Amino acid sequence: MTRIALTVNGSRREADVEPRQLLVYFLREQLGLKGTNVGCDTTSCGACTVLLDGESVKSCTVFAVQADGCEVTTVEGIADDSELHTVQQAFHEQHALQCGYCTPGFVMATISLLKEHPNPSEEEIRQGLEGNLCRCTGYHNIVRAVQAAARAGA
Amino acid sequence: MIPAGFEYARAGSVDEAVGLLGGDEDAKLLAGGHSLIPLMRLRFTRPSLLVDIGRLDDLRYVRDDGDRIAIGALTRHAELVRDPLLAQHCALIGEAAAGIGDPQVRHRGTIGGSIAHGDPASDLGTIVVTLDAELVARGPSGERTIPAADFFAGMFETALARQEVLTEIRVPKVPAGVYLKVERRAQDWATVAVAAARVDGRVQVGLTSMGPTPLRARSVEEAVAGGASPADAAARTADGTSPPSDVSGSGEYRAHLAQVLVRRALEQL
Repeated sequence: MTRIALTVNGSRREADVEPRQLLVYFLREQLGLKGTNVGCDTTSCGACTVLLDGESVKSCTVFAVQADGCEVTTVEGIADDSELHTVQQAFHEQHALQCGYCTPGFVMATISLLKEHPNPSEEEIRQGLEGNLCRCTGYHNIVRAVQAAARAGA
Repeated sequence: MIPAGFEYARAGSVDEAVGLLGGDEDAKLLAGGHSLIPLMRLRFTRPSLLVDIGRLDDLRYVRDDGDRIAIGALTRHAELVRDPLLAQHCALIGEAAAGIGDPQVRHRGTIGGSIAHGDPASDLGTIVVTLDAELVARGPSGERTIPAADFFAGMFETALARQEVLTEIRVPKVPAGVYLKVERRAQDWATVAVAAARVDGRVQVGLTSMGPTPLRARSVEEAVAGGASPADAAARTADGTSPPSDVSGSGEYRAHLAQVLVRRALEQL
């Protein structure tokens, strides 16, 4: 076991982990943060996307030990008390989800995308979210939600 | 889909990493992990020790080095994409890096990891071969420089010795370069890709996924040097290649694609 200390959604957490423990399972099983989903398990679908030091990563392809000393943000950590995050609000208003399984990953990938490209074109949005798959194929409304979030200054 | 167990050590310096590699013959280096971790999850590889060099921030840089650009091995793909020095002097590196995986992958994956992995579908492997880059490695007896032409020994095999760490990639400044890739789906590996650049006044061309290692299209280069048109030079693309047949396409299809991409790349130079 390896001792790690990291900040998750603003709270300092310390834990003993097996080196092979993947970040997504650490978040879900050890911290109980089940908003981050496991989809494909093969670095493809992006359902497990979280922010690591502010940048989107697929948490199924990061060992928890690699996040030692880092700041991790999951979908549970972005709303401000009772106010949804701008990106969450936009996904809600634009009906950017069908079954919702991919949604936490899309929301986190969108936050990272808008940080790098505050006013993306439709093409940049589609390219910028290529690491996230929606098996309901609800991409049109997802793109509209990202555009709405950008307009709202996310 | 959980990797087999392993020991973990975080190296505080390259020399410490070299020492740690010496203590376990099944040890592997972990940088961004985006080639290694997927393979470990499938249990295609089961290292007994991972030596984590991901925190060696002194290997994350892009520097002007006279007539060359020096890139630290731990520079991430996303950093290559937005680097102004590369955009000015070796733009095809940023172009190629922008097409690797997806944004999440580019936030973690590193140029050194990608090259040291030795995957024939690696975009950056083809770039260094095309540019005749120099690869700097440090091992127990110090540092050595490996020409890119001697680096790729076979599929997933490189010239790096077991205890060597790739530390720097040195590329020439080039006035023109292009990287064209065809992939079947978003975030996929290249079915085929082509790099072309003017290096010291000469056109050099490289191929991705056309054999067990990144390849140079030497016949094409000779034809261009002899004054052939892009179409005539591109007709020699398949010389010396052995394109694989797999789910992404047959060898014949790859050879066709490569020829088309080489012609387009030469027209764009």
